[in-house]
Amino acid sequence: MTTLDLAMAVTVGGLFATGFFLLLDRALMRVLLGVLLLGHAANLLLLLSGGAPGRAPLVPGHGRLADPLPQAMALTAIVITFGVTTLLLALVHRAWQLDGHDEVRDDLEDRRIGTVHDREDAAPPAGPGEAAGRTGQGGGGRAP
Amino acid sequence: MIAWLLAAPLLLPVPAAGISFALPGRHAARQLLGVAVLCCTLADAVALLVLAERGGPRAATLGGWPAPLGITLVADRLSALLLTVSLAVALAVLVFSAGQDLADAGRAASVSSVAFVPAYLLLTAGVGLAFLAGDLFNLFVAFELMLTASYVLLTLGAGPTRLRAGMTYTLTSLASSLLFLSTIALCYAAAGTVNLADLAGRIGGVPGDVRAALSVLLLVVFGIKAAVVPLHFWLPDSYPTAPAPVTALFAALLTKVSVYALVRTQTLLFPREGDWTLLAVAAVATLLVGGLGALAQDDVNRLLSFVLVSHIGFLLFGLALFDEAGLTGTVLYTVHHIAVQTGLFLAVGLAVRAAGTSSLSRLAAAAPPPAPVAVLFLLPAMSIAGLPPTSGFVAKFALLRAAAGRGGAAAVLVAAALLTSLLTLYAVLRVWRAVFGAGPRRPPPGPRRGEALMLGATAAIVLVGVGVAAGAAELSGISERAAHALLEREGYRHAVLGGSIG
Repeated sequence: MTTLDLAMAVTVGGLFATGFFLLLDRALMRVLLGVLLLGHAANLLLLLSGGAPGRAPLVPGHGRLADPLPQAMALTAIVITFGVTTLLLALVHRAWQLDGHDEVRDDLEDRRIGTVHDREDAAPPAGPGEAAGRTGQGGGGRAP
Repeated sequence: MIAWLLAAPLLLPVPAAGISFALPGRHAARQLLGVAVLCCTLADAVALLVLAERGGPRAATLGGWPAPLGITLVADRLSALLLTVSLAVALAVLVFSAGQDLADAGRAASVSSVAFVPAYLLLTAGVGLAFLAGDLFNLFVAFELMLTASYVLLTLGAGPTRLRAGMTYTLTSLASSLLFLSTIALCYAAAGTVNLADLAGRIGGVPGDVRAALSVLLLVVFGIKAAVVPLHFWLPDSYPTAPAPVTALFAALLTKVSVYALVRTQTLLFPREGDWTLLAVAAVATLLVGGLGALAQDDVNRLLSFVLVSHIGFLLFGLALFDEAGLTGTVLYTVHHIAVQTGLFLAVGLAVRAAGTSSLSRLAAAAPPPAPVAVLFLLPAMSIAGLPPTSGFVAKFALLRAAAGRGGAAAVLVAAALLTSLLTLYAVLRVWRAVFGAGPRRPPPGPRRGEALMLGATAAIVLVGVGVAAGAAELSGISERAAHALLEREGYRHAVLGGSIG
């Protein structure tokens, strides 16, 4: 087991929290920034898993060295997150080109279910029993 | 020699992807190269399967570093078997897409884009590496290779609808990948290694609660990627928007690779006695939500996507039992499901193509497709519903037999599995009635080469499914030995670490 100092723990935790918060946004650009921050958080965590920071990297004759394996893994992961972020940027740009904005639209299926309920609510009740059942369904299925 | 064999599923497609990008002119040249490379890789996978079946797991380290540090590739019965089936299916789907391309000549379709074949080859390279990876970090790299290629395939030439679906898919996968990376970091911090064989030995020294947390983290990571309920929402939204061959490929490979990774990590790193209740609950939820979801759909591709989700539950079923019989069932079911689900998507793709719509209500009004397509749909449809004597029946029987006579979670699993089989049967019958029901049949396709190629590729995959049923005795034997090796663990560790097991 390796120990983690408080400053780094707070940094990694903050990056994760901000990243996930931004990921929940509707604007794709913010989502992209969220992914970037999450990537940083994961890479930093990977780097920290090799032990306390501050030790020398691979230099012969310097006593205790930092573990090079997490550094190699973090480097690889940085390249991967960089590549994926570029692709994501292209997708965001394409969405902006197609829609003129970068907001995520409502899910198609959600909208379809919503219109079904609207239609059912608008329709005149067929009979007392059925009407009660229908309003019950509509009330349960839709957010107020 | 063995190192070359193990590295070939990665070393062949990656340079070929680059070359195919640079190939001038015709798209046909790219496709021929792709088919040729996949043929070679498939032959290599068969060789690996034979080697693993005869002499147990084979391992090789690349780059000159010894086992716990270097890049380790391992082929045992499970990985070689799944690799072989996956590559066979990938090859057939590539031929199908070539056929679609020929038939669509002149129309701008996404499968004829310059990037299609390179992305396709990179995806198969990622799948190959994922099956053979001997450490967690390589597994991560393999997943990234596979998923990045899949982002490209899903969004090639996309309109607004597909782009939105593609964003959902990309972001969900990306979030799970970053979670995977964090899990790797935590594993390294806890145990000081990410090599699976080495980790299996060292994880015993990690405190029990940390071990449980790592196990659940890996379950969540692969659960998102495998669309395990309640982490499945992205799948029915994204897969159906892609062109038929891409959907078929994703359905065949991506979720199965994740299930494989789940089985590999959980059996190797976190051995347990008796049922795994958490996974049993997830399996029951996956079975029922997928099965019921399929009934509610009008879009035929969405319906099949929900069927796919529900059958992930069957794959988890055997792992939740966590014994040799259960894992045998999971291995057998994975092999069967790769072939059958792809066959279904391709056959429905042919029917949708003929009618020009994927809505069941509108398909019912259109003229039914020609008889060969109906046969190509009927065989995998019967198989996925588990009717004897198809491969689905063989695989389901193996799972149910494993759970028979065990109380508790196993009994609930059996009930859910039987109910889901009925729901699946009803769902595919709905498709059958709407798509292939009464009415004057369309004439069989004309002499166009493309259509014949598409029919042939679909037939080949359906035949793989039939082959699973025909060779059930052999396959059960291999699956049983694979499951035994999964639980026994020593063979795998010995192959990777040699004599240095501490």
